[in-house]
Amino acid sequence: MSSSIDVSLGEVAASIVLLALAAAISFWRDADLERDIGIALVRSFVQLTAIGFAIEAIFDADTLLLVVALLVVMVVFGAFTARARARRVPGALGPLLVALSLAGLTTLGLVVALGIFEPEARYLVPVGGMVIGNAMTASAVALNRLGDEMADGRARIEATLALGATSREAAAPIVRRSLRSGMIALVDSTKTTGLIFFPGTMVGMLLAGADPVDAVRLQLILLYALLGSVAIAGLVATTLAYRNFFTPAHQLREPGPGGG
Amino acid sequence: MLFELRDVSLARDGRQVLESVSAEIPAGATAVVGPSGSGKSTLLRLLNRLADPDGGAISHDGRPLGSYDPLELRREVSLVPQLPALIPGTVEANLEFAAGLADREPDTARCLELAGLDAGFAGRDVGRLSVGEQQRAMLARALAQRPEVLLLDEPTSALDEAARDAVEQTLAELQRRLELSLVIVSHDPAQARRLGEQVIRLEAGRVRECGPVEEVLG
Repeated sequence: MSSSIDVSLGEVAASIVLLALAAAISFWRDADLERDIGIALVRSFVQLTAIGFAIEAIFDADTLLLVVALLVVMVVFGAFTARARARRVPGALGPLLVALSLAGLTTLGLVVALGIFEPEARYLVPVGGMVIGNAMTASAVALNRLGDEMADGRARIEATLALGATSREAAAPIVRRSLRSGMIALVDSTKTTGLIFFPGTMVGMLLAGADPVDAVRLQLILLYALLGSVAIAGLVATTLAYRNFFTPAHQLREPGPGGG
Repeated sequence: MLFELRDVSLARDGRQVLESVSAEIPAGATAVVGPSGSGKSTLLRLLNRLADPDGGAISHDGRPLGSYDPLELRREVSLVPQLPALIPGTVEANLEFAAGLADREPDTARCLELAGLDAGFAGRDVGRLSVGEQQRAMLARALAQRPEVLLLDEPTSALDEAARDAVEQTLAELQRRLELSLVIVSHDPAQARRLGEQVIRLEAGRVRECGPVEEVLG
């Protein structure tokens, strides 16, 4: 797992040819994504370069305090990004912050406690980034679904409340479907991994010259850790966020302009 | 007094939906009438705390409504909304769910019969029922909780004349057999005359008239 390769800036620049091809296809077929592709090019370059330097500095310093600080920044950015997908959920930011924090903390805590990784920056930073990134996507999808279904299902929810059901009972089917929709993409991709696509970590390790068996084992560990983290994030986000639709007297709140 | 409202006000989105509403609703059958947007449905929702007023006071059996546990209150004072909104599944599953919430044993056949549906409806999927059948299934579901008061929001608005007459007959029968109190929201004064003993007439969120049906509606 210790192999490394040198990648020059020239090689990175050469790969932009494929991005230009994507922009050309968008232009040719009127997909109107050229501007977004341009933004994606600049942002990915700047963000990844910046994080590359930051990670290098953290690795050099080799202190857990900096690792925790980086993970906190990731959680905050992740929660704000996910909130943009959860506009119809009132007060979504709080549940998202808790969900991403708990997903990161539990997953990293477990992989360290189980002896899978050492508690060192070179493991915790990349694994933490993947865990929080996947948790963000899952909770964003789950809360997006929650917001849509709560808005569309007001009549049924209120009819259920009118029978003396608690807000938890009235929202249970929607919360269940929202959690499922947050998790399903990763479950499906895990089922097809190795058959239809090769996951990123494994590809990266193979390119770096690692032994294929090592690459597969590490990839399996990460896939299972990610599944755990998206389940935790989806569960926490939906469980906390659905409450914001109700008053303490189990009344459905009037829909507001949205936003967390 | 079944319900007593004193100076009740409620605003939504900057609009005054109810303003200084004072009225008494005795046991028996009371109709709440008025044009669309006059605040009838909102008034009904206040009676089982699906919403709370911004100002004023409501009491039920002489006790402030706010002092009731909202969940227990809703099982005693059951609201049947205007649009059918059953839980996906069978009619029987809906009745069992409602009965379970009120800690009652479901008596599906009897509730269906009281709501004017034959026992064969128990196993029917709610998605395959007509609107009229769904309305009746909603009524049966509310009855499964054995409430003391039924709040009915436009119970026949989606029905044709024949179905409307049948539902009205069912409601009259229910009141007689179970000694249930009914509060019925209707935009139709003729229906209020047929079903109500007392009438509250709302207009633009205010009570215009309130009293025995023959005095208010003539």
